[in-house]
Amino acid sequence: MWKWLHPYAKPERAYQLCSTLQPYFFWPAVLCILVGSVWGLAFAPQDYQQGDSFRIIYIHVPSAILSMSTYVAMAVAALVGIVWQWRTAFMAMIAMAPVGAVVTFIALFTGAAWGKPMWGTWWVWDARLTSELILLFLYLGVMSLYGAFEDKQQAGKAAGVMALVGVVNVPIIHYSVEWWNTLHQGATISKFDKPSIAPEMLWPLLIALLGFALFIAAVTVMRMKNEIIRREYHRPWVKEMVQSAKETNHAV
Amino acid sequence: MQFDSWQAFWHMGGYAFYVWASFGVTFLAMGLIVLNSMMTHKKLLKEVAQEAARQQRIATAKQATKQNLTGEEV
Repeated sequence: MWKWLHPYAKPERAYQLCSTLQPYFFWPAVLCILVGSVWGLAFAPQDYQQGDSFRIIYIHVPSAILSMSTYVAMAVAALVGIVWQWRTAFMAMIAMAPVGAVVTFIALFTGAAWGKPMWGTWWVWDARLTSELILLFLYLGVMSLYGAFEDKQQAGKAAGVMALVGVVNVPIIHYSVEWWNTLHQGATISKFDKPSIAPEMLWPLLIALLGFALFIAAVTVMRMKNEIIRREYHRPWVKEMVQSAKETNHAV
Repeated sequence: MQFDSWQAFWHMGGYAFYVWASFGVTFLAMGLIVLNSMMTHKKLLKEVAQEAARQQRIATAKQATKQNLTGEEV
């Protein structure tokens, strides 16, 4: 059943796949983020309580949700790498970590900039904020652990174990607003019943969410390509690929 | 549009600093990681090409010395 997947374990095929996917992720991402931001900033109605400060939601919520999703995706890649010994799975894992860290940073920063006018403080050590900060440290930890090993297969295993252990933090972040009494408000759209947000406000948010997801995918395939080249440096196919890329560049 | 004028739009109902700082830092961070990934890619391709050229040079130099040596012997 999963046979079709196997060729992509080969770095060469994985590289080709990444190259094919890259523009389909990148340009729609730019478009969606642009549309979502402009719609959210200029056309969505004001919040009756928070005025125009609520417009930060259009980057805060997508980045916060996807910081967790990206972590789960990274942990799945780590699990595949550890269980089936796929080198490419570790490459995918380490390609996702930096963009995950950036998205987590965005969630924290926009949260602080939203918290200051609404709560009167940039930061509180409450459950939601602290667990999200730990998520950032987990991303950075995976990256630095991977960087610390000379042998990249060993590095993948070590960083992969760390990524897997860190998964425990994801449900803590998600349920922190229910488990603890915090300053952070509860879930707005990721509820099973009707979302507690007006549709004119929800649409730009969903578009921005899609844009952020595509952006993360785009950066992941870009960095995955880099990691493949780094690891397959001396293989003939890399040299041939560089050679042919050069020729097409000269032709243009 | 929800705002009466451009001025009102930039003012963001008094939350200008927080809103624009959020969006500014977000797009800056996103731009930087894309830029970093692209520059790393360029650098890697250049290094691979340089390495290939080096190998080529070594091979030709070896060939040349071999020919020189055999030439002298004859």
